[in-house]
Amino acid sequence: MQADFGRFTHAVIRAAPDSLAAQALRSGPAELQVDMEAVRREEEQYVSVLEKTLGLRVVRLEADEELPDCVFVEDPAVVCGNTALITRPGAPSRRKETEALKTALANLDLNIVEMTDESATLDGGDVLFTGREFFVGLSKRTNRRGAEILADTFQDYAVSTVPVLDTLHLKSFCSMAGPGLIAIGSSEAAQKALKTMQQMSDHKYDKLTVPDDLAANCIYMNLPDKGHVLLHCTPEAFPESAKVFEKLKDHMLIPVHNDEKRKVDGCLTCCSVLINKPSKV
Amino acid sequence: MTTEVGSEPEVKKEPEKSSEEAQAEQQQQLAEQPAEPSESEPSAAAEPQPTPTDSTKPDNTDQQENAEAEPSSPPPSSGQKKEKGISRFLPPWLKRQKSHSQVEPKESSSPTDTPNQTLTEKQEEEEKEEEEAEAAEEQVGKAPEEAEKRQEEAGPKEEGEAVSPVVEQPAETKEVKAEVKEEVKAEEVQAENNSVGSVETQPAKEEKEGTSAEKKGEKGGEEVQESSVLSPLKLGKKMKIVVCHVTLLDGTQFPCEVEKRAKGQYLFFKVCEHLNLLEKDYFGLSFKDNADQRCWLDPTKEIKRQIRNSQWQFAFNVKFYPPDPSQLTEDITRYLLCLQLRQDVSSGRLPCSFVTHALLGSYTLQAELGDYDPEEQRLDSIADFQFAPSQTKELEEKVVELHKSHRGMTPAQADVQFLENAKKLSMYGVDLHHAKDSEGVDIMLGVCANGLLIYKDRLRINRFAWPKILKISYKRSNFYIKIRPGEAEQFESTVGFKLPNHRAAKRVWKVCVEHHTFFRLTNPEQPTKSKFLTLGSKFRYSGRTQAQTRQASTLIDRPAPYFERTSSKRISRSLDGAPVISVSDHGHMLDSARTPGSGENGHDPALELSSDSKSKLRVQGENIYVRHSNLMLEDLDKTQEDVLKHQASISELKRSFMEAAPEPRPSQWEKRLTGSPATGLRLQAQGSAEDKLNSEINGQPEVIEVVEETVVIEEVVKAAKPKSSAPEVSVTVASSATEEVPEVKEEEEKSASSDSESEEEAEFHPQSPSDSAHHIQEEPEEEQEQSQKAPPTNAEPQQDAEPETTDKVEAVVNQQKEEDEKTPGEETVVAPEDAPNGHHVQDGEEALTSLGAVAEEEEELEPCVVNGDASHAETERVPQVICCSEPPVVKTEMVTISDTFAAQKTEIATKEVPIVHTETKTITYEAAQLDGTGDGEPGVLMTAQTITSESLCTTTTTHITKTLKGGLSETRIEKRIVITGDSDIDHDQALAQAIKEAKEQHPDMSVTRVVVHKETELAEDDD
Repeated sequence: MQADFGRFTHAVIRAAPDSLAAQALRSGPAELQVDMEAVRREEEQYVSVLEKTLGLRVVRLEADEELPDCVFVEDPAVVCGNTALITRPGAPSRRKETEALKTALANLDLNIVEMTDESATLDGGDVLFTGREFFVGLSKRTNRRGAEILADTFQDYAVSTVPVLDTLHLKSFCSMAGPGLIAIGSSEAAQKALKTMQQMSDHKYDKLTVPDDLAANCIYMNLPDKGHVLLHCTPEAFPESAKVFEKLKDHMLIPVHNDEKRKVDGCLTCCSVLINKPSKV
Repeated sequence: MTTEVGSEPEVKKEPEKSSEEAQAEQQQQLAEQPAEPSESEPSAAAEPQPTPTDSTKPDNTDQQENAEAEPSSPPPSSGQKKEKGISRFLPPWLKRQKSHSQVEPKESSSPTDTPNQTLTEKQEEEEKEEEEAEAAEEQVGKAPEEAEKRQEEAGPKEEGEAVSPVVEQPAETKEVKAEVKEEVKAEEVQAENNSVGSVETQPAKEEKEGTSAEKKGEKGGEEVQESSVLSPLKLGKKMKIVVCHVTLLDGTQFPCEVEKRAKGQYLFFKVCEHLNLLEKDYFGLSFKDNADQRCWLDPTKEIKRQIRNSQWQFAFNVKFYPPDPSQLTEDITRYLLCLQLRQDVSSGRLPCSFVTHALLGSYTLQAELGDYDPEEQRLDSIADFQFAPSQTKELEEKVVELHKSHRGMTPAQADVQFLENAKKLSMYGVDLHHAKDSEGVDIMLGVCANGLLIYKDRLRINRFAWPKILKISYKRSNFYIKIRPGEAEQFESTVGFKLPNHRAAKRVWKVCVEHHTFFRLTNPEQPTKSKFLTLGSKFRYSGRTQAQTRQASTLIDRPAPYFERTSSKRISRSLDGAPVISVSDHGHMLDSARTPGSGENGHDPALELSSDSKSKLRVQGENIYVRHSNLMLEDLDKTQEDVLKHQASISELKRSFMEAAPEPRPSQWEKRLTGSPATGLRLQAQGSAEDKLNSEINGQPEVIEVVEETVVIEEVVKAAKPKSSAPEVSVTVASSATEEVPEVKEEEEKSASSDSESEEEAEFHPQSPSDSAHHIQEEPEEEQEQSQKAPPTNAEPQQDAEPETTDKVEAVVNQQKEEDEKTPGEETVVAPEDAPNGHHVQDGEEALTSLGAVAEEEEELEPCVVNGDASHAETERVPQVICCSEPPVVKTEMVTISDTFAAQKTEIATKEVPIVHTETKTITYEAAQLDGTGDGEPGVLMTAQTITSESLCTTTTTHITKTLKGGLSETRIEKRIVITGDSDIDHDQALAQAIKEAKEQHPDMSVTRVVVHKETELAEDDD
């Protein structure tokens, strides 16, 4: 389990609908205008990195104007190993995002588990998989029942719950930056959550503290020919945090623009579902 | 039970006789014993009688084995006297006891009581702890409460300190311990040496070490037997054999005959022998209680008392799941762990995903069936395997598919792979218990190697690592953990959980204590010492810690034992670690299996030997060894070096496992492991203590006498508190009306404390090694404080109740003090607690030291009968006596705690130092005596009167004598209270109550002496 952490072969992404600009859910100020052109550019870079730079096979899903948040494919599905849990997103407006994703993941021969319990909600953005265990943020979008179903789905792993009060998702201020390495924001809430996670775990984690909570959301991969790969924020967006990432000597560092989607609570991890599908089996 | 007469010399000389005489009851048993020496066990060994074969097979065999084994094993302390030789024969347990009792009596000439006492004290303490643990488990009782009380009493300081300051203290405590240990060793040595007659600390130590080593070595083999035997000791009379049915991990039943009063240990070792398992510390025997809850059989307690009304049906299970199975030394151990995990997985206790089910299943097939064979393996045959709680065709197909990919993998390798995957599962090694949180919400408590996990449904909602937990306790059906304050917090917090019932709470508590002990002390930074410290201070887990068992495992140097895998019957000959595994030979099931299985005679015999009797193993071990090595050479390309190495290590192996195997006592291991004598001594001391504990636990009678030698008036109240089984405790409280402040000598009974099994609550301070040290320190301090305080309050019975609290360390310290005091004669004031310890010590090995006392005048011969029996055991090896009670005829001085006054009257005191026959479980409290007067002068008897009264569970006999001494009239009231009852009775409380009443009845008198005899086993024997 450990050795494979960060090993991915496929990525599922979904194009952003035009409705994103006006209708996407957002926790920030509504006045911020989302420039769809910029969103497209970011999207292109994102896919380019995955596909061309890193050599992943990217599965693109069509945008659905009815689902303004559908670009954030992380939330409707949690994939670990050969199993995909199709979630029940906390936001009712996003529930239908699961359909296309389910189909796509099934086409990749993943075992599909659906969260049918009507009392359960879970956003993939609240799920942090460390390679050894899961941490599930209990937030506005994710409840205990959702976490229980996740625990039932991935029975090999411990699933610990972490209260998330101030931010949208657990991964709004943290993510994995390497095996056993948690990137964590500096805010009080982030630090508190980290302590909780450390207390709940039987494993020791190193932490990579960055000044900006949002910058703590990065994408770690461990690829056959590339070694440690880290997609992180750009120096333009978070100069101080970018410096922290730049100190990671062993990583292949790839700054990725995400300024526009961030306006609607989009993070780097939100925009893809990464899958490891060994060609052999 | 307790006779207060100083017939020490007699006892010494004729321990057997005296004991027999003294104990009419026991005599009967004894009579039987001779006939059935085997049963008598170690005690019997003490006696000249050769181990007779008879009545109970197990016992006999054990004894015989022991006897054989003993000779074979060269006693380190060969230089020692005959007694030692005898002791050799005796099982370790017995030996220890014997050493205490027998040695003392025989070698009465040797004046050194202290060393023995200290040892005994330690042992007693340990015993107490164990008992406490037991109590907690079974009855939860007094011990914990007492402990708490002590702590509380000890003062707020301690608590406050304990939390934070604890850290500082540890170092000190450690030192103390070390000293103590040394002393103990010395004492022990002396005790052993007593025969020599000289109390030579240093030389003695060496000898002791040697002896201890011997003991250990012998113990290994013998202990098991002994342990079993011990329980039977009391049996003397009738050995009742019960057939236990043990369900092994492969699903087969292992019927095993055990004596009805055998301890859990005996059965466990029998099973391990049967399995040829050396790394046994990870395993345990479980049984279902009346509520169908799985309980672990406590190795130190009698089986009968644990299962109560349940069937004699047990299951052999993994108790402590090693976090890293690859560190296990032997394949057979891994194999058994695999079997357990397969059960866990298929039963759903260890949940895992489909993929993992398939993967684990495929390794199971590889291990059981060998390489995939399309012709033989079909899905329908695969269906015989249970891979998952709900097994689908899809799963089976996946299993087969993966199985194909394991081609070439040996069974041992497949097991390794199985474990490597299983150990990563989040619920691996997590022992779940249903509970409710403070708000009544259903949760699960998961006890594991790293700490306590809290689950709500499947979610982990909290986790308390061992280092975060300061204290574990339970009260009624509540389970509490005290949490170390976080960085920002000032105070520790206590988290409470509600368990379904009291027993469940106790069960969780115990499991926590055991897991903490087993795993937490593994920390490489903290060597074995820490373990011991922990053990000493609070521990209730009597086995080895993981670190210890790992160390021990490094000594395993036997050829990989042959064992059959359930379905395939294939032989796994893979060596530890071994790349050596010859795939060709073993890889193919049928051929290889047949060859090794039937073809090699050596294997089978070896197996049998090992399983059947340890002694045999010892004797024949070399032969077997050679055979194996040959095999290895042939098959596995082992070099001659290996062979030589094996041979060279045979002795070690034997010691470590064959001998030690029977009893997983840390002490033994440590001794072996650590070359330093000091450590060795410590270990020994502890080990012996444990042994004693065990023996005592078994149900030996404890006698507590409180004797006052008051100038004017004396009251003697004897209260007997039976242990759970049917112990009788006679407490004699003599209150002297002496005008002045008579010195009250109070001795507290360890046994009493330990006895209290009826605790409803218990505490455990799971501290990291360093922390533990702190605790230890704290406790000792407390004790010291108490001791200081105690002198004045000597007369108070309450102290008696507290004995449990005292930690081993403390005890040791106390003992030392006592010794010192003794020298002077009377002056030193010993805390009551201390005193008890000292006495206990006397009981066992201390007896030797007490010899000096014997020489001295003893006024009181205590119901030496019981003691006498015990003593027999050691010297003569009276089978029955073996256990605890017997101490020895030896009359020991009362190291008792004397008031400061006593000091003044040194002269008198010396003279009159009361000699108490201590039995293992005799605890004597004495007030310091002013007395030269009282005792010294016989006075004229004015009147004498005896009154007897009975209540529910107590029989009180009051003996009042009035004498005229030099114009002063002295009234001496001696009360003998016999408390009879089963474990449910709080003996400590009863004792305290009896003493209290005695005091109240005669407010103008002082309690000069309290003697408590506990006769647990005897009572049982009667059954």
